[in-house]
Amino acid sequence: MSALIEARNLVKVYNGVAAVDDISFYVSTGECFGLLGPNGAGKTTTIRMLYGFSPISRGRLTLFGQDIRKHWRAIKGRIGVCQQDNTLDPDLTVEQNLLIYAGYFSIPAAEARARSAELLAFFALTHRKDAKVMELSGGMARRLILARALVNRPELLILDEPTTGLDPQSRHQVWDKIAALKKKGLTVLLTTHYMEEAASLCDRLMIIDHGKILVEGGPEDLINRYAGRQVIEIEGADASLRTYLSDHGAQLDDLGEKLIVYTSGGSDLHRTIQEEFCTERCTFRNGTLEDVFLRLTGRELRE
Amino acid sequence: MIDPGAFSLRFFKVWKRNLVTYRRIWKVNFITPLLEPLLYILAFGLGFSGMIGDVAYAGMSLGYTQFMAPALIATAVMWNAFFETTYASFVRMYYQKTFDGMLATPLSLEEIILAEIVWSATKAVAAAAIMTTVLGLLGFVAFPAGLMLLPVALLGGLALGAIGMFFTGITPTIDMFNLPIFLFITPMFLFSGTFFPVSNLPAWAQPAALAFPLYHLVELTRFFALGASDTHPLISCGYLLLFFLVFGGVALRAMRRRLIT
Repeated sequence: MSALIEARNLVKVYNGVAAVDDISFYVSTGECFGLLGPNGAGKTTTIRMLYGFSPISRGRLTLFGQDIRKHWRAIKGRIGVCQQDNTLDPDLTVEQNLLIYAGYFSIPAAEARARSAELLAFFALTHRKDAKVMELSGGMARRLILARALVNRPELLILDEPTTGLDPQSRHQVWDKIAALKKKGLTVLLTTHYMEEAASLCDRLMIIDHGKILVEGGPEDLINRYAGRQVIEIEGADASLRTYLSDHGAQLDDLGEKLIVYTSGGSDLHRTIQEEFCTERCTFRNGTLEDVFLRLTGRELRE
Repeated sequence: MIDPGAFSLRFFKVWKRNLVTYRRIWKVNFITPLLEPLLYILAFGLGFSGMIGDVAYAGMSLGYTQFMAPALIATAVMWNAFFETTYASFVRMYYQKTFDGMLATPLSLEEIILAEIVWSATKAVAAAAIMTTVLGLLGFVAFPAGLMLLPVALLGGLALGAIGMFFTGITPTIDMFNLPIFLFITPMFLFSGTFFPVSNLPAWAQPAALAFPLYHLVELTRFFALGASDTHPLISCGYLLLFFLVFGGVALRAMRRRLIT
């Protein structure tokens, strides 16, 4: 597997503040890579550097083995981008959005028509092809943005929060489409606030905060490393339980009202808590990526 | 610092995008340039010219309506180009995020901005073409020299579109366009030799009027509609071209600072 994206010591400085602070990572051809982090962590800034929107301040960034600073135009021609904001053209119809966008990639008109018909069918938008963009529902608009990002047959698809603000039905539909594209061998880079989304779609992911990488790895691997396979949520824990936990060096987060204990499952610690302390108000569940995320980035509000 | 690699004929695709959207509303857009000259000619020609004698201009003695008519084409070029790169471009840039979408494709910001300015000039040419036809039928434009008003409108549109784009690059909100319109466009509209010769202005104000791009545009429209003008047409063409290049560059810098972070 070769690296499609390679970032080395990447830095982006805004007004003297490093929004992205010396990060290095790679994305291999054919994988789905997740970029996670709280608001303001530097996700969108990183993505904007990747598709040549923001110039990099320091470091080295190559895509398809080419330097973004020198070969931005060639690189942008091989990427599909689904931006966080709705950048669909409201002056145009659904189909025109695809055709005009194809023009920006210098795709000949006949080819553009064939591709847009194909994409409209794939995203179940054919029946709305003459509709105005303003008339589309949130889910349809997002599907059209995805379709538009694919009009140049990209080798890399960059998705900046592709499902934010969608209802569960639309979200699942978008996930299905992304999964189908991934299966066809498309390399995908994704940012999201939905840990479930990252865990199910991504082969590998990276959590960043304050412009720096906190961890990087496969979703299962990160859960095992930073949350534990099993999680026990205990409400209103008494002093004896707290003493027991601290005596046994248990991994836990104390939220005051609630204790969250991370165990590897099947351990003595787990059994003892279950049998001796958990008569009521205990929830047993599997560790999730959300646990990892909250443990690493903290529970304080960011905005 | 201008990177020549950032310019290519791809800008034409952005121009075409604007043409596609314009085609949906062109019928409405044709009414203004069709009716505007008629209204002005009526108001000034019937209502005003009896009170005003002939106007001495470029060694000729002209009826007032005859003097003023070519300037209507110039002001239409100004309004069309300036409004397009201010209000219309601002909406596309800020509210519709059209430029953000374009910047995720092989287009460069340079190409987008150039296309917006060229598009504004295109709209100016369309308006000028209609007005030239109307004024020609009324006998205020002499042909075939009057056909030169179309390339003149293109040049004037580029100059005024470029400065409009510069204001779009620096204005914080869309309401703030009132400021350049009140402080720059309105005085230019009134004092560029449009409704009375610049020679009527006090001596100290005359050089300032000559700096207005509209002054040179008006001079060129008179030259091609009437056959004579105060300023040599090559000087006026050169000035407008220079104005376009300077403000095109300044506009690009302002937009780069605004959009590319």
